Amino acid sequence: MMAFYLSRLVEIFPFFLKGLWMTTKIAFISLIICTLIGFVLGVIRASNNVWLKRIVGVYVAFARGTPFVVQIFIVFFVFPEWGIQLEAFPAALLAMAIMGSAFVCEIVAGGINSIPKGQWEASASSGLTKIQQLRLVIIPQSMKVIIPPLVGQYVLLIKDTSVVSVIGVTELTRVGWITVVRIPEGLMVFALVGVLYFSISYPLILLSNYLERRMTV
Amino acid sequence: MLTDFNFRVILEYMPLFLEGLKHTVFIAIIALVLALITGIIACACRISRFKILRYPVITYIEIIRSTPLLVQIYFFYFGLPTLGVSVPEIQTGIIALMLNSGAYIAEIIRAGIKSVDQGQIEAGLSSGLNYVQRMRFIILPQAFGVTIPPLLGQAIVLVKDTALLSLISVAELTRSGQTLTSERFMPTEAFLTVAFFYMCIYFGLKTLADWSQKKLIFREAY
Repeated sequence: MMAFYLSRLVEIFPFFLKGLWMTTKIAFISLIICTLIGFVLGVIRASNNVWLKRIVGVYVAFARGTPFVVQIFIVFFVFPEWGIQLEAFPAALLAMAIMGSAFVCEIVAGGINSIPKGQWEASASSGLTKIQQLRLVIIPQSMKVIIPPLVGQYVLLIKDTSVVSVIGVTELTRVGWITVVRIPEGLMVFALVGVLYFSISYPLILLSNYLERRMTV
Repeated sequence: MLTDFNFRVILEYMPLFLEGLKHTVFIAIIALVLALITGIIACACRISRFKILRYPVITYIEIIRSTPLLVQIYFFYFGLPTLGVSVPEIQTGIIALMLNSGAYIAEIIRAGIKSVDQGQIEAGLSSGLNYVQRMRFIILPQAFGVTIPPLLGQAIVLVKDTALLSLISVAELTRSGQTLTSERFMPTEAFLTVAFFYMCIYFGLKTLADWSQKKLIFREAY
């Protein structure tokens, strides 16, 4: 029986590759969005503007304090009630962007805050504007602190894309879920799903370990 | 936007939410205790001199860290019955959470042990302490302070992870939101209430984590 299921599984393997492609697509697009929004929010969070800081703080607390499943349900079921109706795929991207950017924001803010105040003062007295200070002096130095945890966060975000299967995006986990109904070998099917996730996240884990060793002084 | 927010439905379903909250807290506590035990054992093997202990544990940690928790939950949920083991969903979920958090906790403890200065170990060696004594009197007391804040961070993650058990129909907090949605079709009320309860747990644990960060980090710094 096992051999029979195994041959069935080989037969529908292209379906798994499709799921893997979808997972990669979601992960890639949302990582870019998260990084962009996260950097902007992080700069705000490390700034001196009390009100903006508080608003970002509330946003970050919501995104970090509630489970990602609940956030997806809110985006997919609650947003339509407020007039924002989204298909499953864009809803998944939006939920990923909301959650991921909050985590990136905290990492970026931590990095910027780790730079001594003297650097700000020195660059200000060299006549640089606020934006120039950030772009030319502060951000380049804080990159050393930001990048290792950022890559680690990327791994977590890639794994979190599995949760978007609950709203019916046909990515890797969803493919496994559909398959297990037809091929009732749960261990085999989800071991295969696991191996495919491993193939994308393990290289990043190795990269993050490497960066951690390289960049910590 | 929230003008027709229906508090009466929330009040009506409050017993369901509280029941869900109770389950969430219960599952999180049991899973955390089991994960701590798993993590301590795994870490002890991870830093052991013996390859036969070290390599299986490294494999375990790397597998857990590079696959999503949801896939691990499904692996046990759909996989255990094919092995002829049938346990209730809640236990399947706790097993998955235990193994998942256990791997992360093992890494947290290892980082804590590694953070102890090499000179301390040499000082212990030259005082004639053996391996167990060095661990007990020098390394572990200092590692303890560094380990507590990230462990509380892991507890926060664990509480949020229990939400995934709603997908294998464990009646916890997120599931009660789904129930309300499917019975009355009021997703706004349902999921904002659920989010509110999670935020309460989050802030409680976060305050504890920040406090311990301030209190305990100093202990290893003197």
